[in-house]
Amino acid sequence: MAEVRRRGPHGPGAPRGGFQKPKNMRKTIGALMRYIGRSKWLLVVVTVCLVLNTVCSIGGSYMLRPLIDECIVPGNYPRLARTLAMMAGIYACAALLSYSYSRIMVRVSQKATHAIRRDLFAKMQQLPLNYFDTHTHGELMSRYTNDIDTLNEILQNGMVSLISGILTFVGVVAVMLYLSPLLFLVTVFSLGLMLAVIMTVGKRSRRYFMAQQKDLGEINGYIEEMIEGQKVIKVFNHEAKAKEGFARRNEAYRRSATNAHSFAGAMMPAMGNISHINYALTCCVGALLSIAMGLDLGALLLYLQYTRQVSQPIGQVSQQVNNILAAIAGAERVFEVMETAPEVDEGSVILVNVSHGADGSLTEAGGRSDGWAWKKPDGQLEPLRGDVRFQDVVFRYVPEKTVLHGISLYAKPGQKIAFVGSTGAGKTTITNLINRFYEIESGLITYDGIDIRDIRKDSLRRSLGIVLQDTHLFTGTIADNIRYGKLDASDEEIRAAARLANADTFISHLPDGYDTWITDDGGSLSQGERQLLAIARAAVADPPVLILDEATSSIDTRTEKLIERGMDRLMANRTVFVIAHRLSTVRNAKAIMVLEQGEIIERGDHDDLIAQGGKYYQLYTGQAELS
Amino acid sequence: MMKKLWPYTRGYRKWILSGVLCSAGEAVFELLLPLVMADIVDTGIPAGDTGYILTRGMLMVVMALISMALGIGSAFLSSQAGQGFGANLRQAQYDHIQNYSFRNIEKFSTASLVTRLTNDCNMLQMSLMMSMRLLVRAPVMLISALVLAVSISLKLSRVFLVAMPLLLVLIILILKHVSPMFSSLQERTDGVNLAVQENLSAIRVVKSFVREEYEKEKFRKRNDALRSTSERAFGFVVMNMPVMMLITYGTIIAVMWYGAPLVQAGELEVGLLSTFFTYITQVLMSLMMVSMIMMMLTRAIACAKRVAEVLDEVPDITDGEPGGRAPSGEHKVSDGSVDFDHVFFKYNPEAEKWNLRDISLHIPSGATVGIIGATGSAKSTLVQLIPRLYEVQEGVVRVGGRPVQEYTMENLRNAVSVVLQKNTLFSGTIRENLLWGDENATVEEMEAACEAACAAEFIHRMPEGYDTDLGQGGVNVSGGQKQRLCIARAILKKPKVLILDDSTSAVDTATDAKIRAAFRTRLPDTTKIIIAQRIISVMDADLIVVMDDGRIADMGTHAELMETSEIYRDVYQSQQEGADIDG
Repeated sequence: MAEVRRRGPHGPGAPRGGFQKPKNMRKTIGALMRYIGRSKWLLVVVTVCLVLNTVCSIGGSYMLRPLIDECIVPGNYPRLARTLAMMAGIYACAALLSYSYSRIMVRVSQKATHAIRRDLFAKMQQLPLNYFDTHTHGELMSRYTNDIDTLNEILQNGMVSLISGILTFVGVVAVMLYLSPLLFLVTVFSLGLMLAVIMTVGKRSRRYFMAQQKDLGEINGYIEEMIEGQKVIKVFNHEAKAKEGFARRNEAYRRSATNAHSFAGAMMPAMGNISHINYALTCCVGALLSIAMGLDLGALLLYLQYTRQVSQPIGQVSQQVNNILAAIAGAERVFEVMETAPEVDEGSVILVNVSHGADGSLTEAGGRSDGWAWKKPDGQLEPLRGDVRFQDVVFRYVPEKTVLHGISLYAKPGQKIAFVGSTGAGKTTITNLINRFYEIESGLITYDGIDIRDIRKDSLRRSLGIVLQDTHLFTGTIADNIRYGKLDASDEEIRAAARLANADTFISHLPDGYDTWITDDGGSLSQGERQLLAIARAAVADPPVLILDEATSSIDTRTEKLIERGMDRLMANRTVFVIAHRLSTVRNAKAIMVLEQGEIIERGDHDDLIAQGGKYYQLYTGQAELS
Repeated sequence: MMKKLWPYTRGYRKWILSGVLCSAGEAVFELLLPLVMADIVDTGIPAGDTGYILTRGMLMVVMALISMALGIGSAFLSSQAGQGFGANLRQAQYDHIQNYSFRNIEKFSTASLVTRLTNDCNMLQMSLMMSMRLLVRAPVMLISALVLAVSISLKLSRVFLVAMPLLLVLIILILKHVSPMFSSLQERTDGVNLAVQENLSAIRVVKSFVREEYEKEKFRKRNDALRSTSERAFGFVVMNMPVMMLITYGTIIAVMWYGAPLVQAGELEVGLLSTFFTYITQVLMSLMMVSMIMMMLTRAIACAKRVAEVLDEVPDITDGEPGGRAPSGEHKVSDGSVDFDHVFFKYNPEAEKWNLRDISLHIPSGATVGIIGATGSAKSTLVQLIPRLYEVQEGVVRVGGRPVQEYTMENLRNAVSVVLQKNTLFSGTIRENLLWGDENATVEEMEAACEAACAAEFIHRMPEGYDTDLGQGGVNVSGGQKQRLCIARAILKKPKVLILDDSTSAVDTATDAKIRAAFRTRLPDTTKIIIAQRIISVMDADLIVVMDDGRIADMGTHAELMETSEIYRDVYQSQQEGADIDG
């Protein structure tokens, strides 16, 4: 099974932000609004706060000059006290308003990102397996670690900053126009200059940031791969080479990052000082105007006060626009995942527990019972027997390469069916199709005579216990990991399952026994021990049909021998599919299928196959010859 | 923490110094500009002195241009320094990791090493950059503004005496409160990420046990925890701004109230009053910047700690004996003989139980040795001592008749090739991966190695042959093909000792037999040590070692062991029994 994986453009640790342009802005914003829209009323409050806050801060400045001219200079203390008290009130309001909208935005953004994370994770549970085959973990992880984070930052600060920037700008410009339209021409000139700087520097810095992004992706990918293979590096004395490769990428990243940050950083002092120059120019022109045309001095002074306020929002807004675009691009990637078609599940037949009446009739049991049955949509109960058939099944993972060419096979209830064949022959693929991890291209798979596509997926999978080739364990205790097979299993059931899988022995040698904490996918356990746990996990689930995919490949044969009785008990009265390299493991199977290049080339029991003298015979005698 | 990371600014200290000077200069100009402004407003305009206004205006433009140059300079210099420091730090960490022994590597998980090299380093370089640009401004601003304020009016400056300590106390209070919140925030974030990561890698398990709802529930708990913690943390952080605003405005009002009598008394010019406001705003703003950067730095400290952990980790295996003289590199491994002389070993020095106990074993050069034993009997441990991937605590391991510590690691490991149980291929072509074994290998040598590992047949079947791109981690080949490539890579090293640690588990029986047959004919002089599950994989070996719980239980040839070793017979029976019953 050669999976063709594609490495995503954003490895884990890709920088937040960046300057990717969103592809379909309107749609993404629409989707985003559905999340933020849940806090409609809070947003209304925020908007009101923002407007009032802007009014307060502009109004505060407006009062400053008359205060000096009319209260301080003439020494009007009672009026000074009154006006100061009023200003104090306005400023206190401004501070309070500012706190309120920031605090509310924390709530809004956390609520939205919480919901997005929840939905994204829920969606991930529904995605078909081939989605995970074609997207790296790093790529999906970065939806959580980078994209949602960036989005949160923008929701929490960026939007408010953008809106308040625009409001302040509009407010200040309005006042300035009111005070002196003539002087405003000077301001327009400076503002134009600022915009030009933003455009040119911004364009350049965007380009550098894109280069930085690329180099960062490169170095992160290298780090990930090399650290993963660190032990191999040691064994091959490859340290010097690895350092060299790293140094090269590190230097490239340093260069592009230096450029990117230089330009981005230059923006602030440039803007600030253009604003100073603007002030100087306004002073000069204003003074000339006041002399030549008798411009009101008080108005000029007030105008100058605002000159210092007008440029700040421009920098603020231009900075936020980039961040917001990046955040929307991130959101777009998140929604892309959410829009991916989920696993198809149009099945209506469900699996129920039943109890057998004395007369052989079936009644649906409320809780867990020994019997299983399929419940058709019309309420009819059909006992689960474990009869699985493939009819001319054709399958491919990727369009270019057919993996199974018209496979037909059957497993009768209670039979042990084995698959033998070289790696890549399609053994695992067959089991992947039984539990409908992938959709077949043509042909039919039936389960007790029902097309598996008519069975609800959760019911189908619940009826099949699988021990996979690669064991995966979760962070938690040993007992938790076994309990994964049956969430309400008692401690005794767990011990029984562990004993059945012969895992009890090594577990009891661990410092905390069943309560030993496992981390890092069970890194402290050996492959064999992990497989024993996986078997125990399947055993506690107690499913009607069992699939063992190289379940004992890392368990030494002596231990395998020890668990054989347990395995036999586990397999008794169940339909079992077994995949194994070791022919000794499969030889007592009822039917052995020899697969080659996606086709069943031989089938029969051990004796038949030996008698046929085909591939199985060769494999078998290959072993026998050596022994 | 600063002291620990300071050495990594090497090569960029000039930039740091000049960058800091630029920032400081920029701050000074930013304070001088309002003075000129005040001149224009107070003197020029009321007097209607056009010439004065124009000259002052020009002065202001010039000053602004200088300030701009300084500011841009500071931006360039600080990004030079910050990115350079980050690059140094990354390289230092990475280089240091190359010296790690297996034990060192195992101490950190792969994911955590990756985070330290990527996110943590980025955070630190960002912090240096921001500190250089904004943090140094604070003291300059503060001192110059105070000096200027005092020079304008000593009496009025007393307002600062109240405002600044108040502000400092508040900032410190907020920071103190927030920094533990951020560390618990980090934990919660890790919790969410862990849930996602485990779900991703175990997606088949989740689906086959129909545990989607259970996983969602698990995720829900962590997601909820993250939300409430971030809401608490950020809810506190947003108090920063309003608090600053209140103090700034409060100070302005106080200045007016106390300034009014001074103006009346003629002690203070009215124009300077507004200059005073400007200073207040600037000083308080720069303090606010400081508090924001401090918040960032509290997060950076956690990163710095993690980076320092990597740098401080002492590689526990270095050339030569611990504390002894380093080998000169003159000793080359002369032949492939391997000896264990009463070797004791445990992974965890504090553990009571030895993982290997009293191992004595002689393997003559060119021999084929099989190692058999139950899961957990320390087979892998035993062979990993030969290329000195771990250091023995007692006893001696000799290769070519000489203790392994007497060779340089390079010489030793060039002569001893191990195919690890969990092996990795790297992105790139098959050829590039094979060249890891010997970068000067000829096509013929490569071909021969692949023949010996039974990899040639499938490589030839690929449309691009040796130039087939393997993809990251070798995802474009099957498990069995991957193992065969790993074996070929190890053979290409032309080692004196070749160790296969259960390296053919995914290879089918027939191919496995072919590989062993090829070893016999193609590598007659190489000592071959094979760990296997299947007895047939080792039964034709010159010597078979049976491991049991960290000891050598028995050793001998197949025939001898069938006579003498109960465990061996057991294993043999377990693999043969089926045949006897059925056949």
